[in-house]
Amino acid sequence: MSEQLSSEAVAHIARLARLEITAEESATYAGQLSAILEHVEAVRRLDTAGVPPTSHALELRNVLRADEPRPCLERDEVLAGAPRAEDGRFLVPRILGEEP
Amino acid sequence: MTTSVGGATEPVGGATEIAARVRAGELSAASVLDGALAAIEGRDGELHCFNSLMGERARERATEIDRMVEAGQDPGALAGVPVALKDNICTRAAPTTCSSRILEGWTPPYDATVVRRLAAAGALLVGKTNLDEFAMGSSTENSATGPTRNPWDTSRVPGGSSGGSAAAVAAGMVPVALGSDTGGSIRQPAALCGVVGVKPTYGVVSRYGLVAFASSLDQIGPFALTVADAAAVLEAIAGHDEMDSTSLELAAPRCSEVLDDGADGLRVGVVSDFLADASPDCASAVRAAAEVLAAAGAKVDDVALPELLHGLSAYYLIAPAEASSNLARYDGVRYGLRVDAPDVETMNARTRAAGFGAEVKRRVMLGTYVLSAGYYDAYYAQAQRVRTIVARAFARAYGHFDVLLAPTTPSVAFAFGSKTDDPLEMYLADLFTIPTNLAGHPAMSVPFALGEAGLPVGVQVLAPALGEREMFRAAAVVEAGAPPGVRGPVGTRSAR
Repeated sequence: MSEQLSSEAVAHIARLARLEITAEESATYAGQLSAILEHVEAVRRLDTAGVPPTSHALELRNVLRADEPRPCLERDEVLAGAPRAEDGRFLVPRILGEEP
Repeated sequence: MTTSVGGATEPVGGATEIAARVRAGELSAASVLDGALAAIEGRDGELHCFNSLMGERARERATEIDRMVEAGQDPGALAGVPVALKDNICTRAAPTTCSSRILEGWTPPYDATVVRRLAAAGALLVGKTNLDEFAMGSSTENSATGPTRNPWDTSRVPGGSSGGSAAAVAAGMVPVALGSDTGGSIRQPAALCGVVGVKPTYGVVSRYGLVAFASSLDQIGPFALTVADAAAVLEAIAGHDEMDSTSLELAAPRCSEVLDDGADGLRVGVVSDFLADASPDCASAVRAAAEVLAAAGAKVDDVALPELLHGLSAYYLIAPAEASSNLARYDGVRYGLRVDAPDVETMNARTRAAGFGAEVKRRVMLGTYVLSAGYYDAYYAQAQRVRTIVARAFARAYGHFDVLLAPTTPSVAFAFGSKTDDPLEMYLADLFTIPTNLAGHPAMSVPFALGEAGLPVGVQVLAPALGEREMFRAAAVVEAGAPPGVRGPVGTRSAR
């Protein structure tokens, strides 16, 4: 039996994914995500004993370059794309619980 | 496409022909560009292939190229060739939106490696094309800028996610374009629009500057009207790049050299499992293409690879998992949209709620779920084992065959709205293209027939890793054996 996601479970996943969703959206996504999970159930039941997982199509090696300084992106140009910037930094709302 | 010469409109051939004539001084890059921009101006209001144009910069570049030719210098293998770029490829000269509200108005501070290479080859970068948001979709209906229409029948989708690039080539606006293919996003729209679409081996084309969707699967590749033009573009963009750690330390595959080699002695396997799941027109096109190859001297046989059909389910666990991680960067801090809130976590959640469309949210949540504690082994690790099973099935086939032949899509282009209410129904459009991405192999779609309602049908040629030359050899034979009228450019046909 595949997982049937409840609206509450979807609301929890949305919080983990930093997505604000309404109760109505939770119910819609619960139905759609459950249907997708039901479809992939066949794959869950496949016998894969002894089969190693593939995370990547290529055999990956770590790629290093010489540790020498070289030009990088211009700070001001990067900050120009940000919604808010100040004094050469990204500006965000408060992160900790202190009063502003 | 056409270009205006002295007031008259003269048809111009494909990319290789344009480049040859521009380099020979017979045709000016400026006039080619005028033709492309006029074609876009004339038809994009209806088709909506483009999110933005880069006409001014392209015009400067065309002038430079014409000056170089006059001065006896060679401007490059793609001199004067107008190229469109999928709008998930970073450009300094134009915004890169991924057809998402969350990146609205963001202009990257750097050019993707493919952009620099195309420019260095003398190509004219004319604009950024529409896509399903963050390349998630198979119809270009999941775009915040509105859908692209199929130039063969404007009541139907062009496929996706690179629908804008496919439709722009099919409509004759540009002879070639770039897209990205994570589960079929180049090959499927190419098939539905009657153009050639190539997904190269993973690691052959640099992804530096391609906005990431599923990093173990994404690959950039060309759209073109002909197999030869696709080979020319691939040669210009491929080859090692130190800015992409997954880039293979190899030179670009020289596919143009093998286009006249024919199919004599080539071993071709027809993936029989796929034929049963394709509509009759798509299945019979594969049989007919196999006959063309056999008549050219290929040794053709059926091959049963039932494991490949598990690829779809594995993909819809792996790709959303990777996407949920890659899209975490859209947090309202560094680019594009921010919805203000008193604290940073609420700001993140409101920004993402307002900036992402429904399909992106669905996949981010699915990926978050399958990676979460308690479900990781049951879903994500199991999908990775199935990925191994798919790769092993291909390895078994390539012990006996040089290339495989399959349908690209289960059907011809479908009507707008026909699959939007059921995400699963939409996912099935990629059933035959996904296994290639899981294995990291190359594959391409070649227009080969007209099917239901007179719409184009693509045949898919698959090859093992780095088998691009055999793949292009077979594709050239298939293309030469296709009946007339199966490929663009097409005049806009109204809804039937």
